[in-house]
Amino acid sequence: MTELTFKIIFIIIIFGLTLLIAMYSTLAERKVAAFLQDRIGPNRAGPFGILQPVADGLKFFFKEEIIPSTSNKILFILGPCIAITTALMTSAVLPWGPAITINGQIYNLQVADVNIGILFVFGVVSLGVYGIMVGGWASNNKYSLLGALRASSQMISYELAMGMSLIALLMSSGTLGVREIVEQQPGFHWNVFYQPLGFLIFMICAFAETNRTPFDLPECEAELVGGYHTEYSSMKLGLYLFAEYINMFISSAVMASLYFGGYNFPFMNELGLSPNAISIIGSSVFFLKIIIFIFFFMWVRWTIPRFRFDQLMHLGWKVLIPLAVLNMMLTGLFILFFKS
Amino acid sequence: MIEIAFFSLSILAVIFAILVITAKNPVHSVLFLVMTFFSIAGHFVLLNAQFIAVVHVIVYAGAIMVLFLFVIMLMNLNKESEPAKPLWLKLSGVITSGLLLLVLTAVFRKTVDKTAHVLPNPDIGLVKNLGMTLFNDFLLPFELSAVLFLTAMVGAVFIGKVKAGN
Amino acid sequence: MKLLTSRSKVVVQKKMNLMERLYIPAILGGLLVTIRHLFGRKTTIQFPDEKRKFSPVYRGLQVLKRDENGAERCTACGLCALACPAEAITMDAAERKSGEEHLYREEKYASRYEINMLRCIFCGFCEEACPKQAIYLEGEMALSSFFRGNLVYGKDKLLEPVKTVQDKREVVIL
Repeated sequence: MTELTFKIIFIIIIFGLTLLIAMYSTLAERKVAAFLQDRIGPNRAGPFGILQPVADGLKFFFKEEIIPSTSNKILFILGPCIAITTALMTSAVLPWGPAITINGQIYNLQVADVNIGILFVFGVVSLGVYGIMVGGWASNNKYSLLGALRASSQMISYELAMGMSLIALLMSSGTLGVREIVEQQPGFHWNVFYQPLGFLIFMICAFAETNRTPFDLPECEAELVGGYHTEYSSMKLGLYLFAEYINMFISSAVMASLYFGGYNFPFMNELGLSPNAISIIGSSVFFLKIIIFIFFFMWVRWTIPRFRFDQLMHLGWKVLIPLAVLNMMLTGLFILFFKS
Repeated sequence: MIEIAFFSLSILAVIFAILVITAKNPVHSVLFLVMTFFSIAGHFVLLNAQFIAVVHVIVYAGAIMVLFLFVIMLMNLNKESEPAKPLWLKLSGVITSGLLLLVLTAVFRKTVDKTAHVLPNPDIGLVKNLGMTLFNDFLLPFELSAVLFLTAMVGAVFIGKVKAGN
Repeated sequence: MKLLTSRSKVVVQKKMNLMERLYIPAILGGLLVTIRHLFGRKTTIQFPDEKRKFSPVYRGLQVLKRDENGAERCTACGLCALACPAEAITMDAAERKSGEEHLYREEKYASRYEINMLRCIFCGFCEEACPKQAIYLEGEMALSSFFRGNLVYGKDKLLEPVKTVQDKREVVIL
């Protein structure tokens, strides 16, 4: 098996897994919501509602496709396309497990090990807002436009704090490659123990970047009907919703690999297993961490109410950014005095 | 292979740049400008400068153009709201931009040499080398530009405060 | 300040201290509250499969009763229609022929008896008005149809099946 065929197979697997997890996140969201509210949740389609995402997807496809007559048609269709494309692109640079060996050849469980991996994630995420803005503007609807404006201002504000909290982590790890950052956290030496404040800021910003409650102002039903996707129907709406779940999955993966050791697990090298077994266990541990984060996203969604817009801006600009700068300076001082 | 990529990226960049100024709708203009930035980022990747490419995308396409789009969406510019310009304004516009074009052509004719350059260090665009160069050889310009940005930031805050006070 | 009632409370908007302004303890508290519900008992009743136990005085759809021999009790006197505030009940009376004694208890019976379930407000006045204990609101509680016309219930839907002879309620009331 050449490197290229492995890469292609691996890309297809990662693509499928991303879509599968995003699909089942929709079911998990409803189930978690139900359980937190003392209900049972969907359980009619298949045992425990296992087939519910399939039913939802089919419904999206069979719904009538409506394009408002006064909308900008090209941009209206382009919006969800941008949203889903940018959401799917991020998984390319994440390491999904240690290297595996097949027939004496070593394959990295990573699509592209670029030396600027984390910046790539950042860049693609910052483009994701175009999907929302273009779609919201092209709908030619006041609510959609307001949703789009909120999305863009929220994205820009929280990207700053996110980047700054990340700088502290990059200073301590000294690299931008995600695999290297993961490999610097063997056993229980997770970055979260060295960068607790940075992780907190990063996590809050991740919530804001994925438009999840308590930061779901771009689509808040109470004020803006549906926000930026008010005018969307059928699978175009489905793509927007799907992009949100993929974003949630990706940001969980980023948090797990940057701050929670990625595919590392305690006593990884002391168990005396073969490298391939460790790879498989490592990947499973990584996915377990991702799923725990996804659950956390949902848990928070059904606990904390939505922010008001001025509170959102206040938190972003006056609390998180100064804290991130402080964290950055503390890390710098620490490196200067203790590491050299 | 690289030549094909280079030429297709260049053609795309030029086409999108032309579309930026010919598009009637300002929102379309902004989106074409974003596409232009992407093709330029592609050029950076061809030069093995992934860091600069990604920073280019994050800063220009991800932040600055989002702000542009934000403002344009808020202003709701379209053909009807465009004020009719008098003839003398159009004429003076043509003359000034023509002069600018003349100056630019003259400058580039004199200064740009057409011999191919080989970078002394082909990995100059990678983070580590770039950081080393910036903080050793170009420390003064780097710090000066930082001061410039700080001044701009203080100025922006000042203007905002004055507006809020009134 | 004079308090209006003995229970009124003066609201003080005190400044929050640092711990409160961090919000993180409060958020963690909220998360703890919700996670406890994750493992709590679920209150859902899987409706069409399992049904909640009703109190003995609940009012469901009307049922036209039969007597202990399986004959219809209704004599088409029209008191229920008169009592009905929503005017949902209509009926036609007919005379019992000889040989029909096992079908109808008295000489007069309702050849047509209709309740418009879209109009009915389930007040139970018909049950109270009936002198013959012929109508009770003890049937199903969920009615549904794709067509409005189907919700005008005739005797075919209202009449109690022949097999159920004795009813607990009847015993209690009689």
